[in-house]
Amino acid sequence: MLEALDMGKHALYVWGSFGMTALCMIAEPLLLRGRYRQIRKRIARLARLEQEVRHEGQA
Amino acid sequence: MSSRVINWFRFSSPAAFYPLARRIAIVSTAIAVILIAVGLYMSFFVAPTDYKQGEGYRIIFVHVPASWMSMFIYVIMAGWAALGLVFNTRLSAMMAQALAPTGAMFAFLSLWTGSFWGKPMWGTWWVWDARITSELILLFLYLGYMALRSAIDDPRRGDRASAILLLVGVVNVPIIYYSVQWWNTLHQGSTIRLNEESTMDDTMLTAMLIMTLGFWAYSIAVAMVRVRSVILERERSAGWAQEMVARGQ
Repeated sequence: MLEALDMGKHALYVWGSFGMTALCMIAEPLLLRGRYRQIRKRIARLARLEQEVRHEGQA
Repeated sequence: MSSRVINWFRFSSPAAFYPLARRIAIVSTAIAVILIAVGLYMSFFVAPTDYKQGEGYRIIFVHVPASWMSMFIYVIMAGWAALGLVFNTRLSAMMAQALAPTGAMFAFLSLWTGSFWGKPMWGTWWVWDARITSELILLFLYLGYMALRSAIDDPRRGDRASAILLLVGVVNVPIIYYSVQWWNTLHQGSTIRLNEESTMDDTMLTAMLIMTLGFWAYSIAVAMVRVRSVILERERSAGWAQEMVARGQ
């Protein structure tokens, strides 16, 4: 089975191509998850802040 | 009857599209994982060795899908830009914004894998050939769009300016596609032809098409997650956005 993965003299080129593609297509969703979590945290903080301001206004 | 007709314009509002984008992202992620796993298996274990290029030709299974995606995504972004300019819908610009980094990534991957294919087959990493140069211009168009988009503080003005850049740049896509016919290039001609038989073994063709569909599903999934971030970033002061986040959606 592993014989099928032996790229012979083209190993550097085949794995260099598949490797970079894999790296990019794994890194992009991970970076995106970080950005998504960050904005959600920021919005939650913003909502809390607005609520506090409203409470202070009522007091 | 009329109650069954979906009002598509309803989804042009970011608030209505936000929850739908999540569902599309989940389904597309599942499809992408399955198709790419099958595509990779076929690329290495089912597709035979090429009689001329040996094992090196297997780069085609990532090179061609990445190159196609880089062009498709640009055309789709230009379509969203046109919709945004005509109907003045905010979501159109957000969709274009969400697709750009993925399109740029595929343009980069197209050049990278092309370079790794060119070295063993042509003996050079790079050549200023019409196909390769026009693909490099596509990468610069993506980067230019993202730079322009982030350089303008007023989001609506940024939307319009970058939409015009997208529409002007779309002329480059047919140039890339037909470059191998119009000019005498080092890059090989099209393997898949619309009006005649493809010059490829069936299993190779199937593997390449499965990988392409997998890359499509990946792009949709990533764009949907990114558009959710863009919507939240731009609507952060809106009550609905704060409510959605509070409800964990």
